Amino acid sequence: MKRSPRIAAESNTKLNRRTLFLGGSMAAMFAVLGGRMRYLQVDQADAFKLLAEENRISIRLIPPARGLIQDRNGKLIAGNEQNYRVLITRETAGDVELVLKRLASLIPLTEDDITQTLDEVMSLNPFVPVTVAERLSWNDFSKIAVNAPALPGVLPEVGLSRRYPLDFDFAHVVGYVGPVSEKDLADIEAPDPLLSIPKFQIGKIGVERWLEDDLRGHAGTKRIEVNSAGRVMRELGREEGLPGADIRLTLDADVQNFAQARLGEESAAVVVMDVTNGDIICCASAPSFDPNLFVRGISTVEYAALTENDHRPLANKTVSGAYPPGSTFKVVTALAALEAEATTAEKKVSCPGYIEFGDRKFHCWKRGGHGSVTLERSLAESCDVYYYDVAQKVGIDKIAEMGRKLGLGVRHEMPMSAITSAVMPDKAWKQEKYKQDWRVGDTINASIGQGYVLASPLQLAVMTARIASGRSVMPRLVRSIGGKDVPLVEAPALDIQLESLVAVREGMNAVVNGETGTAKSSKIVDPAMLMAGKTGTSQVRNISAAERETGVVGNDNLPWEKRDHALFVGYAPFDAPRYAVAVVVEHGGGGSTAAAPIARDVILRAMSDGLPPLEAYPESQRGRIDTMLKELPLRDPVTGMAPVKTKA
Amino acid sequence: MSFLEYSQKMAPTGLRKVLHLNWPIIILITSVASVGFLMLYSIAGGNLDTWARPQMERFGVGMVLLFIVGMVPIWFWRSMSATAYLVAFALLLVVEFFGSVGMGAQRWIDLGFIRLQPSEMMKFTLVMVLAAYYGWLDPRKVSSPVYVLIPVLLIVTPTILVLMQPNLGTSLMLILAGATVMFAAGVSLWYFGAVIALGVSVIVGVFTLRGTPWQFLHDYQYKRIDTFLDPTADPLGAGYNIIQAQIALGSGGWSGKGFMQGTQSRLNFLPEKHTDFIFTTLAEEFGFIGAFSLLGLYALIIGFCLFAALRNRDRFSALLIIGVVANFFFYIAVNLSMVMGMAPVVGVPLPLLSYGGSAMMVLLVGFGLVQSAHVHRPR
Repeated sequence: MKRSPRIAAESNTKLNRRTLFLGGSMAAMFAVLGGRMRYLQVDQADAFKLLAEENRISIRLIPPARGLIQDRNGKLIAGNEQNYRVLITRETAGDVELVLKRLASLIPLTEDDITQTLDEVMSLNPFVPVTVAERLSWNDFSKIAVNAPALPGVLPEVGLSRRYPLDFDFAHVVGYVGPVSEKDLADIEAPDPLLSIPKFQIGKIGVERWLEDDLRGHAGTKRIEVNSAGRVMRELGREEGLPGADIRLTLDADVQNFAQARLGEESAAVVVMDVTNGDIICCASAPSFDPNLFVRGISTVEYAALTENDHRPLANKTVSGAYPPGSTFKVVTALAALEAEATTAEKKVSCPGYIEFGDRKFHCWKRGGHGSVTLERSLAESCDVYYYDVAQKVGIDKIAEMGRKLGLGVRHEMPMSAITSAVMPDKAWKQEKYKQDWRVGDTINASIGQGYVLASPLQLAVMTARIASGRSVMPRLVRSIGGKDVPLVEAPALDIQLESLVAVREGMNAVVNGETGTAKSSKIVDPAMLMAGKTGTSQVRNISAAERETGVVGNDNLPWEKRDHALFVGYAPFDAPRYAVAVVVEHGGGGSTAAAPIARDVILRAMSDGLPPLEAYPESQRGRIDTMLKELPLRDPVTGMAPVKTKA
Repeated sequence: MSFLEYSQKMAPTGLRKVLHLNWPIIILITSVASVGFLMLYSIAGGNLDTWARPQMERFGVGMVLLFIVGMVPIWFWRSMSATAYLVAFALLLVVEFFGSVGMGAQRWIDLGFIRLQPSEMMKFTLVMVLAAYYGWLDPRKVSSPVYVLIPVLLIVTPTILVLMQPNLGTSLMLILAGATVMFAAGVSLWYFGAVIALGVSVIVGVFTLRGTPWQFLHDYQYKRIDTFLDPTADPLGAGYNIIQAQIALGSGGWSGKGFMQGTQSRLNFLPEKHTDFIFTTLAEEFGFIGAFSLLGLYALIIGFCLFAALRNRDRFSALLIIGVVANFFFYIAVNLSMVMGMAPVVGVPLPLLSYGGSAMMVLLVGFGLVQSAHVHRPR
């Protein structure tokens, strides 16, 4: 159809007008867009540039090498070993399963390992490397390297992991490291950014834990460019960190190894202390465990075996075990009595085998009694009645004061876990704890180290060292940190009269070297190394009246967990004291038979360069001792390797 | 309708038509597309084969189509308008019931060798049918209710089908382009006022019905609007796109980080960086100068087209050009607004730049229509 030219022109004008309007509107919109561009790219450019940079740059931490732990002579206790591991990346591997199968033909990999790795690989981003195997031998590791062309996506890598070459010997003192747990993070106020590294290992117990801050070192950083998925594109710069400080302990690895071997399968603890400066030379708790298991990740079966063992291998009995000190405590009662002038070295007490107090009878271990005993004899023969008698005159508060002066009931701060303060009871303590008045019967029990009195082997060693040196020596575990010596503080003299100390020392001498001493079979005959000490046999059960009538059941006829604890404290050489020793053998029976021989061997080991010299033993015992020493499963002094245990 | 209405005498014939093509538009289109190739090359990290080469191939095919469409007389296209519209409409119905589901929406028919997107086809067939309608309609009747209702139905029915796919971006484009043609054709402004009022009430309705079983949009679409209103509320989730895009843009600064130096896009912080968000890479690498120049190129294309429409005395041709250019313009406006944080993320590509074959080819066919209208204009 044809339109009239007028209408066509009119409509055309309108169309043009509207088109121009549209053009104008579009131009306006473009102006707005241009304005927005200007705002974002010119006005706000700096702010956005910063944001882009933050997106792009990621700061990664470089874990520092952990500080070494060495014994007093520099022997390595905890070190870092190169951990050869192999990783796989899905992206470059292509067929992960095939590559893993090939890998399994080179290194030991179980079906489980393969399925586990496959699951992990598939669940992560394709470029994230996943660990296939760790702690490979150099041999396996090099096999992988040689076969690299056939193993796409497989990445052999070397990292550092903690290693305890002396495994069982220092497990309790040094502890172990493990991956950071939620709980660890919650306990720390301002966590080191290092702790956020996955699988970063920190000290869990022992020296590793308590000196964590020194050992850990400071993280280095590397600035890397990452993309949105976290893939590392390139490294932009790096700042090296500071390795952790090396720590040198006061312990002597050889003595420690000897002690650990000597304790054997017993549930026992031994502490050797340098009486001149408080250095802990040996701090062994048996049975022990291999801390390397914990670093590697202990299996539930292995862990259950440790926790279900009634000898409690995980417990550090030296500092966290609290035992009734038994007769070893008599030195405290004796000193308290001498200081309070409740007795003198010469004063005699008559022992009929028991004393009666109120309606109760307190027995001496020797049923027939010791007759008339002096202080020296009371110690040498461990007469109980003597102490029942003097303790009543002195009173518990003075005994407790003396105990604390000698380091009992006091927590000795050292970088170890679960250090107990044990119990040095007095009237106030009982009132607070049991809301009961202290009774004289309690004092009588306490006087021979029974009842409420508890002490740890460490405390007993400190007590002995203080009596031997006459100084208030403090135990010390760390010799130097990062090459800097921990300053030695001169221990102040004990506030005890010399005559009292001498009287007790003479008594302790008689225990070992006297004709009637309880530990006379454990004497050292070398006059330069004479040992003084005190035995202890502490009950862990109540002996009933009926049992007294029929005769006390001997230890050998009792189940293990009901037998007495055997204790011994001692020091040597007697005339110039150097080392104090404390031994506790849980349920070991008598202190003289179970504890004193161990103490003698260990203190002799501490005083000699090698094995205890046979000449130091009484002639009649040398043959037996020689056999015993030769059979000890000691480490090879050169290789440090422990002999393979052959269990029957 | 007969082609006798056109004064064919003056129209060039044969290969001489090539000389009468609107060459500035072709050159401008090629320049913008080339910028796109550069960006795709850069985004792929200097790899030609990832996106740039396929895009160039499609552009080549598209340009051939442009020439073919441009050489065909406009009166043929006019006579084909109704048929094309009906075919596109039928295909829309087909995808509604048999289409493949991709990206959470039913959008294409898989013919084996090509994935046909009827919603893309509808963009220009709608414009064609509207232009043809107004070319046929007596200009004095454009504002009478019955003759307004017809184009409204022509626009709304396919829009509803596209919205049901659901494809919010394309349905929005259909409405905007259709309305522009109606506006240019001279429909009374009162109708537009009424439609805007209706639109506002629909928006209100959409939001009041949210959370009820009668809600209009998908949850993800509601979420997109939410994050548009406050992108920082969900920086790692739905707001991530917008924030990262703005960081890319802003960090480009005045002159950009340089070709292939964009950290945001190269390091994958940018979402959809080769499709809807391709502008961010350009802005990051070439800065304000580059981004503004692109805007200038777009403005020139639009300007030349509008000028061609003004010069064209054939009503169908003029309206067709306006429809095509409106479509082009709205895509640019919505995409850039979205990328620059001025509009919700609706998933609209940037014409000629975004990677994607279907949209590119349909757009070039649209420009082919513009060329045809220009070449065969009454003289």
